[in-house]
Amino acid sequence: MAEVASSSPHRHWRKPPWIQNRWLRWGMVLGALVYLALAIGSVSVDSARIARGLERGGRMIAAFLQPDFVSRWDDIQIGVLESLTMTVVSTIAGVLLSVPIGLGAARNIAPTPIYLICRGIITVSRTFQEVVIAIVFVVMFGFGPLAGVCTLAFATIGFLAKLLAEDIEEIDPAPLEAIRATGAGWLKTITYAVMPQVSARLVGLSVYRFDINLRESAIVGIVGAGGIGSTLQATFNRYDYDVASAILIIIITLVMLTELISAQIRKRLQ
Amino acid sequence: MLRIEQLVKRYPTGDAALRGVSLTVSEGQVMALIGPSGAGKSTLIRCVNRLVEPTSGKIWLRDTEITALNQRQLRRIRRRIGMIFQEYALVERLSVMENILSGRLGYVNFWQSWFRRFPQSDIDQAFNLLERVGLSDFVDKRADELSGGQRQRVGIARALIQSPDLLLVDEPTASLDPKTSRQIMRLITELARERGLAVIINIHDVPLAQMFVQRIVGLRAGEIVYDGPPDGLTPERLSDIYGAEDWGASQTAVPEQEPLLTAQE
Amino acid sequence: MPVHTANDVKIWQRYDTATRLRQWGGWIAGTVITLICWQVISNGTRWEFAADAPQQLGIFLQRMFPPDWSYVNQLWKPLWDTITIATLGTLVAVIIALPLSFLAARNTTPHPIVRYLTLLVIVVSRSVNSLIWALIIVAITGPGVLAGIIAIALRSIGFIGKLAFESIEETSREPVEAITATGASRLQVLSYSILPQVMPSFAGISIFRWDINIREATVLGLVGAGGIGLNLNAAVNLLRWDQAGMIFIVIFGLVLISEAVSAQVRKAII
Repeated sequence: MAEVASSSPHRHWRKPPWIQNRWLRWGMVLGALVYLALAIGSVSVDSARIARGLERGGRMIAAFLQPDFVSRWDDIQIGVLESLTMTVVSTIAGVLLSVPIGLGAARNIAPTPIYLICRGIITVSRTFQEVVIAIVFVVMFGFGPLAGVCTLAFATIGFLAKLLAEDIEEIDPAPLEAIRATGAGWLKTITYAVMPQVSARLVGLSVYRFDINLRESAIVGIVGAGGIGSTLQATFNRYDYDVASAILIIIITLVMLTELISAQIRKRLQ
Repeated sequence: MLRIEQLVKRYPTGDAALRGVSLTVSEGQVMALIGPSGAGKSTLIRCVNRLVEPTSGKIWLRDTEITALNQRQLRRIRRRIGMIFQEYALVERLSVMENILSGRLGYVNFWQSWFRRFPQSDIDQAFNLLERVGLSDFVDKRADELSGGQRQRVGIARALIQSPDLLLVDEPTASLDPKTSRQIMRLITELARERGLAVIINIHDVPLAQMFVQRIVGLRAGEIVYDGPPDGLTPERLSDIYGAEDWGASQTAVPEQEPLLTAQE
Repeated sequence: MPVHTANDVKIWQRYDTATRLRQWGGWIAGTVITLICWQVISNGTRWEFAADAPQQLGIFLQRMFPPDWSYVNQLWKPLWDTITIATLGTLVAVIIALPLSFLAARNTTPHPIVRYLTLLVIVVSRSVNSLIWALIIVAITGPGVLAGIIAIALRSIGFIGKLAFESIEETSREPVEAITATGASRLQVLSYSILPQVMPSFAGISIFRWDINIREATVLGLVGAGGIGLNLNAAVNLLRWDQAGMIFIVIFGLVLISEAVSAQVRKAII
């Protein structure tokens, strides 16, 4: 103790940096700064346009504070009804499709070729934003809610089947072996050893996906796949901000309501 | 140095945790607070630094009436009161050094603490304390890499770097094995003696308390039912504190625990 | 009673009669609702257009392959814009959402009224899709990358804010008590006891949202908010499916890479 004190009366302390290597650390900081500078530099800002826009923004806010539910009520009604029914049908269809695909995408129970196909479907579904998928379905089925239903059902697969497959891959293998040992076939093994372990979470996730589908059903209309989205876009094109405001309020309320309900359901399931 | 007068704490649920506790602790005195769980031990020491706001009653630390202070004054007085916790209450993702230096937060401004620029005197003290509690090799280890005993040593160092006059210790050994418990109790009482600190230790392990302190206060249902030397805790006294129905258990517990502890040493 | 006796034979059923009736009722009600919803969808669909969907898909695929490989040279700038929109949008959202989350968390909020106001901001932000935000912002700033950045930020504030305040509410109380007991100020208590506990989840949430935002940014161009969606919109309107095919390939690559990056970064953090 005495020697330490005489040789160095004060020991310095600094918090050790997150990345020990000084070059790497400063390199990363520099790289981030350069990227930020380039990215911000590449954003072209037309200040004259924004100045004009702000004035319009002012009018917009004024209109938003006085939502007009009345003048386009028929359009709104049709759009909302379409969004809601699309959500219901697409969620049900999506869940029904997700179960077999999720089973097929679980490495511990599916043969390799099926595994690869199912994983492929999931990857495609997850990669493309709903609107991109909607474009393809609109080409196939024409404008209207059917394309929207297919879009949302397909998007549901990417979400639900993936999580289901991950759940199945993590199940306790002991019951699986036990049921297999009784001589049960594949389907019986699935119903007795796999589904009981994952079904509660599957229901919870389906309810959660219902929320997401409702939110997404409001935008696929922008490419003509039905729902409230096309009505909303039309109001913007006509500068009917007070109607747009009414639609937005309806969307927000619906999303909040379903979220509350689904949270309640999920709480009960646990 | 610490004077508590007619302290009452009633929780919003209506439960009365303390029903008029009066207590004086003199300079340099180490006092153990025993009693069954729910007796109000935890509430009592948290009222002293007002982590729990008392419902009524007064508390003085030397000449300062703690119960009359505003928030700013309260923060200043808290610097003089160190606290050690049952589950160590370290910030797990911070290093040992940062955890210890957090004891100096009341003395530095926000930006100094944000950039970890503590005065050199604080750093010196931290290194001295680390050496004293035997953790010199753990300076930049994260707190969640330490064992229970090591964590509690960090907790002790964090409390002591405040240069407190009074130490509040809440069940310091409840999460530790018997041997480590003894070492921690010894460390706390030794450090208190070295620095002349007054200490209040909440503890449920009566034999351990008897081994290390000069004064024991028994609390039952929010009231003091015993206040005296450790060897005054007769079976009758214990049954006053822990209740007649619990008594059989603690009577056998005392002789059972003694040989266990000596065997561990 | 799942097991009952009839004619001295013990009969086991998985559920008792009342439960089974309720289950049947639930299934029937669910089916009826789905059918009614399907009826609405069906009425909104022009089946004569939908009938030739397989042919349409065939034509679509035929026109898409081979994709217009040379078109990729015109996609680098939109690709850069898409990444810029996602990154800067996420960055702006993080800067706004993290402080908000401290106002919204029950254990750190300065006042319940502040908490409810913040929760309202978070709910509104979350309920409106980024594409809808983009519709609104494009009306103000005019089309371009800036509108995309703002739209992404507006949607992400709610997402990041919600997950962040939930993780603040999950922090353990003991360190907070301990730091408070040292006489630290409010801000010091936050920075020494709450912040270290939530930092990893904050970083994880932000990276997660960035990954989602890359996907969202690919379609913002459909309403004029910059990025590769502008090209997609043009290709679809001109029925240039070979170009659209190239765009799909580029989006696919972009999303796969961003997913890998975000998975790596999240692993490094945790």
